[in-house]
Amino acid sequence: MDPFFLLLYVLVFPGFLFLAAYALFLAYLDRKVGARMQHRVGPPLLQPLADFVKVLGKEVIDPRGVDRPAFDAAPLLALAAVMTAFLYVPVIGPSPVAFQGDLVLVLYLLTLPTVALFLVGWLSRIVYSTVGGVRAVTQLFIYEVPFFLALLAPAIAAGTWSISGITALQAGHPWFALLQPIGFVVALVGLQAKLERTPFDIPEAETEIVAGPWTELTGRRLALMILANEMSLVVGAGLVAALFLGGPSVPAWVPAGPVAALAGFALFLVKTIAILLVLASVKVMTGRIRIDQLNDVGWKYLANAALLQVALVLFMGFWGVGT
Amino acid sequence: MVEITVPIGPQHPALKEPVNFKVFAEGETVVRLELDVSYNHRGIEKAAEQRDFIRVVPLLERVCGICSHSHGTAFVKGIEEIMGVEVSPRAQYIRTIVAELERMHSHLLWLGVAAHEIGFNTLFMWTWRDREVVQDILEELTGNRVNYGMNEIGGVRRDIPPAQVKKTLSLLPGLDERLVKYREMVRRQETMILRFRGVGKITKAQALSYGTVGPTARASGVDYDVRKDDPYIAYREIPWNVVTSNDGDVYGRTVVRIGELAESLGIVRSCLEGLPDGPVTVDAPKKAPTGEILSRYEAPRGELCHYIRTNGTDKVDRLDIRTPTLANWTSVAVCLVGQNIADIPVIVAAIDPCLSCTSRMAVVDTEGRARPCLSCTSRMTVVRGEDGEA
Repeated sequence: MDPFFLLLYVLVFPGFLFLAAYALFLAYLDRKVGARMQHRVGPPLLQPLADFVKVLGKEVIDPRGVDRPAFDAAPLLALAAVMTAFLYVPVIGPSPVAFQGDLVLVLYLLTLPTVALFLVGWLSRIVYSTVGGVRAVTQLFIYEVPFFLALLAPAIAAGTWSISGITALQAGHPWFALLQPIGFVVALVGLQAKLERTPFDIPEAETEIVAGPWTELTGRRLALMILANEMSLVVGAGLVAALFLGGPSVPAWVPAGPVAALAGFALFLVKTIAILLVLASVKVMTGRIRIDQLNDVGWKYLANAALLQVALVLFMGFWGVGT
Repeated sequence: MVEITVPIGPQHPALKEPVNFKVFAEGETVVRLELDVSYNHRGIEKAAEQRDFIRVVPLLERVCGICSHSHGTAFVKGIEEIMGVEVSPRAQYIRTIVAELERMHSHLLWLGVAAHEIGFNTLFMWTWRDREVVQDILEELTGNRVNYGMNEIGGVRRDIPPAQVKKTLSLLPGLDERLVKYREMVRRQETMILRFRGVGKITKAQALSYGTVGPTARASGVDYDVRKDDPYIAYREIPWNVVTSNDGDVYGRTVVRIGELAESLGIVRSCLEGLPDGPVTVDAPKKAPTGEILSRYEAPRGELCHYIRTNGTDKVDRLDIRTPTLANWTSVAVCLVGQNIADIPVIVAAIDPCLSCTSRMAVVDTEGRARPCLSCTSRMTVVRGEDGEA
């Protein structure tokens, strides 16, 4: 590929710039939809951007005795990881940097923000952040296994470990959401837990531990962490859309070229917004559960459901059904 | 496992008023805690001794922002008894209407706060929106949304004209519908059941021995309600039931409060429909004869006691206010031990604490060490003294 176009792809569209804009838009949509369901008015369109700019301009306060370089680096690490992960998510068509096994890389990169959050909590040197950080990692060990297994199932069925490859397969093929409904549900629940949204906002439970790891974050550190979190939503939704809903893949009869790219992009928007609406509804419909209850739910039901889905896919593949 | 100390309050997102818990936890389990409820001593009891009876009623309304009518009524009904003033039935009915509307707005507020403590903000927003209807009714009837200023010694200060009776009655069915919805939600909403059931359990024996009052006691199966056991104002004439539950946990307290909301609505409706004719106020003497009385009142949070002693002048000799929150604190401290840290906010919120009304002492120590505190371990020891002393 032309290096200029590759640069454009990475930096502007559908890379970093688009990711940031779309992340802020989805944050707006999330807040607006939630507010309407709660009989509130909700924020105006540019509120997430205004919040971001405002927080960015605030004073950066160092907690006493904090390891400053590490404390500065953690939000950057989270942001960088999420932005890198987005390059492998198909937006207008197959990703130009796709390779066999990029699914594993994306899953790894999506884990980094949680690790960064734990790091922030641990470095903050106050009890709320420490408890919150420990909760974040505990939660990671609970939802990560079912989430990975659920995303693994389409890869096994498709016989490729490339996200773009799995997406392309679904162009002339029923969506994996229909073939693997259990896995799809587990993936959505896992995504909700990964993004630490109600009922899984255990690490930052406001009424219990103030803001958890976020308590001591201020100024640009807080702004970057918030942005990383909002971008995670886009990447997560895009990933689930690509693996289970066919992502931006258009039917084969659409001629390749600008039309297909545009249609693919529209499909990407529609599908990610649909996933966001589901996640927003869950957020509005539930309260926060306790970490021990999440442990029960996660290992008893989610992990087993995901395992069942993988087993079903293996059996179906063995008999040559559904592929 | 390492014991960690989690300080909660006096400034904390879960607390709307200043209180300090020093929670000692192993992992996420509470092993003991120290409680300091005294941050906001305002000297209202002393101030009440300086004012004559006419001016003391508005002062007492300001003891609490939520149960303002409770404090006013508890005082005026006590002082009326000492003076031997016979209040007209119409005034008593109006007092009852305001009292029950106040209970409704307080319980709706509580339901929202309890939901917020477990992160269920949708219910929080919904109940507070419905609470607005109650607040609007109160504003329409009394002219105020918080301190209603309805009571005076000898009756009430405003009448309810027939047009307002009609308008208020027309707003009640809408509220009724919402209450049915909330009852269903509490029974069926998964996360609420997960977070409320079996949390902060108090047995009936414990509820009795720690002297709990109000919905906290009734949720543990204690059938005690001043409105039934020592009826005052118009409660003797209106049909209603005491709501109890045998659950004893936060879920039980929620069920009791939602049941009481429906009962309150019924009381308001029957009072408005059967509003007797007559004057709303009678002339009361300026001075009260020497005497003392313990005036009991069922505030939204439980039994409220005003001890009033008079000495033949136009001022009280002594006024002592025992708020329901003080009666319920020990039970909270006891049932917190052994619970998860995550459950502290909801267990504390479950008694609907009102702290500045409860605060009765101020410790001034220039060395900056001594704080009044209650120290609570698995075996209940209540200590009033300095930090760390058992």
